Amino acid sequence: MDIFVQQVVSGLATGSIYASVALALVMIYQATDVVNFGQGSMAMFATYICWAMLNAGMPYWGAFVATLVIAFVGGVAVERIVLRPVENAPILSIVIVTLGLFVIFTSIAGWIWTYVQKPFPSPFPSKPLKVGNIFFGAHDVGQIGVTLIVLVCIYLFFRFTPLGLAMRAAAHNPVSSRLCGIRVGWMLALGWGLASVFGAVAGMLVAPVLTLDPNMMGGVQLYAFAAATLGGFTSPGGVVLGGFIVGIVENLVGTYVSFIGTELKLTVALAMIIVVLLVKPTGLFGTTIVKRV
Amino acid sequence: MDARARRTLAILALLAVACSLPFMLTNFRLFQFTQVYVYAIAILGLNMLTGYNGQFSLGHGAFYAIGAYVSAIMMDKWNVHYAWTIPVAGVLCLIVGFLFGLPALRLEGLYLALATFSLALAVPQILKYFEHWTGGSQGLVLSKPTAPFGLPLNPDQWLYFLTLGVLIVLFWLGANLLRGRVGRAIVAIRDNHIAAEAMGVNTSLYKSLVFGVSAAYTGVAGALSASVVAYVAPDSFDAFLSVTLLIGSVIGGLASISGAVLGAMFIQFIPNWAQDISKAAPWAIFGVFLIVFMYVMPFGIAGAIRLLWIRMQRSRVALSPKPRETAAT
Repeated sequence: MDIFVQQVVSGLATGSIYASVALALVMIYQATDVVNFGQGSMAMFATYICWAMLNAGMPYWGAFVATLVIAFVGGVAVERIVLRPVENAPILSIVIVTLGLFVIFTSIAGWIWTYVQKPFPSPFPSKPLKVGNIFFGAHDVGQIGVTLIVLVCIYLFFRFTPLGLAMRAAAHNPVSSRLCGIRVGWMLALGWGLASVFGAVAGMLVAPVLTLDPNMMGGVQLYAFAAATLGGFTSPGGVVLGGFIVGIVENLVGTYVSFIGTELKLTVALAMIIVVLLVKPTGLFGTTIVKRV
Repeated sequence: MDARARRTLAILALLAVACSLPFMLTNFRLFQFTQVYVYAIAILGLNMLTGYNGQFSLGHGAFYAIGAYVSAIMMDKWNVHYAWTIPVAGVLCLIVGFLFGLPALRLEGLYLALATFSLALAVPQILKYFEHWTGGSQGLVLSKPTAPFGLPLNPDQWLYFLTLGVLIVLFWLGANLLRGRVGRAIVAIRDNHIAAEAMGVNTSLYKSLVFGVSAAYTGVAGALSASVVAYVAPDSFDAFLSVTLLIGSVIGGLASISGAVLGAMFIQFIPNWAQDISKAAPWAIFGVFLIVFMYVMPFGIAGAIRLLWIRMQRSRVALSPKPRETAAT
């Protein structure tokens, strides 16, 4: 039972990472119908920037905040410079552009910082927390905490600020919002900036666990994609829950089903998600979009 | 000269060039062109599904792998002649693809992309699991087939002609399939499946059939690649292969038959070229190429050529004294 609880908590911790990246994917998807394959590698790049600042002697939280600012500006810049010119291209062409982003960021990170794995510090104490006779990794708990804080902030932003409302409107109905005087193009760019911030948070939190290298976020992005699909691409809350579910399932399957181990873990997790999708094709919390024909 | 005759002439000219290549290029260059044809067959398969039928697949690497392994296992374990393994691989992939297409009917867009992508991820793992048949992560080493009937060709040249022959047959079949009644039904499903259904198209049957045919094309390409490379290993069929095929089909031009060959050339030659430009970060260069191609030609290379052609026709019509009918494509 103790092991079970421990595994669930560490599943929640990895799940929180998936949830952040999945939320980033969904933010861009809702506004533009495009899945950004470059999300993970952008996050990895931001994490490297943080690493470089830490190496230069900056305190952890200072570097953390500075990285978030850089990630935001970077995300906005990518949308304005790279995505803007292909706005009216077919969806799959835009997807190919994001694949281009993915290889560019990965390759440049490898070029600047080499492919050697680098240890990344955790801001949380290494001593595990003890509750009863169950041990929790402090980093796991910290990771869940930071993610939840970010999620609450973003909820408040979208729910209670005029800018958040404008962004939601731009994603929901671009034409009408433009008529109301919302600058839809800039709202999209802001969305990219925010998505990039989520990615950066996830990257910096997961780097101490996975150790930093240019391909660090590949697996994470995949699980995040799965989480977003499981939760339903139309429901941000569902996506976060999807992230936690995928994290827990992945951990429990790896621990309890012996023949699967770590090799087939990914396959099994994905297979389970597909089974869910076959029963409910729009994801667990997604709503069917009614189209006029 | 009408458009049809002009098209036939163009195809014949291209074929003449293709047939003379083996006698002008080094074996390595020839091998690269053989690879282009193999990719072209796979991309045409993907194109049928994604371009013509509107079903996204990020998992065609899986069918490619199944084709390659079916062929390799038959040759390695049962000493079957390589020529027999290619149709067998095609038929098997047709069945697997059709069966996979049935549950995929419930999924659309992204959800289908995820389902197919997990197939692509699962296949290398499964291949490693059945070590007895597949040789595990070591893979299977095969021997290159030699030219039959005492033809004066070395193995590379023979493989080139074999692949070219298969390519021509499959492209001819594919073009006829897509141009006829079935093709119109397939495209109608993509454009508006409700309207298609109202017109009496059995959408479920067609969708899963297209899945099957598409998988069969990709499987044949995989079987050919097993002979061409003379080696199969699980790691050469990772998820990246599926993504590469998708890149090829979009860059070449979705819903276009000639686009398949153009896209295959892109994925075969551009990475090498990027390597020549920058040893340090070749993939960054490749990424820049991807983005630039999509900027300049959002509908792929074939789409750009088509647009250019239409524009030329129009200006010619405007210049000529009496307007004449523009050629139907």
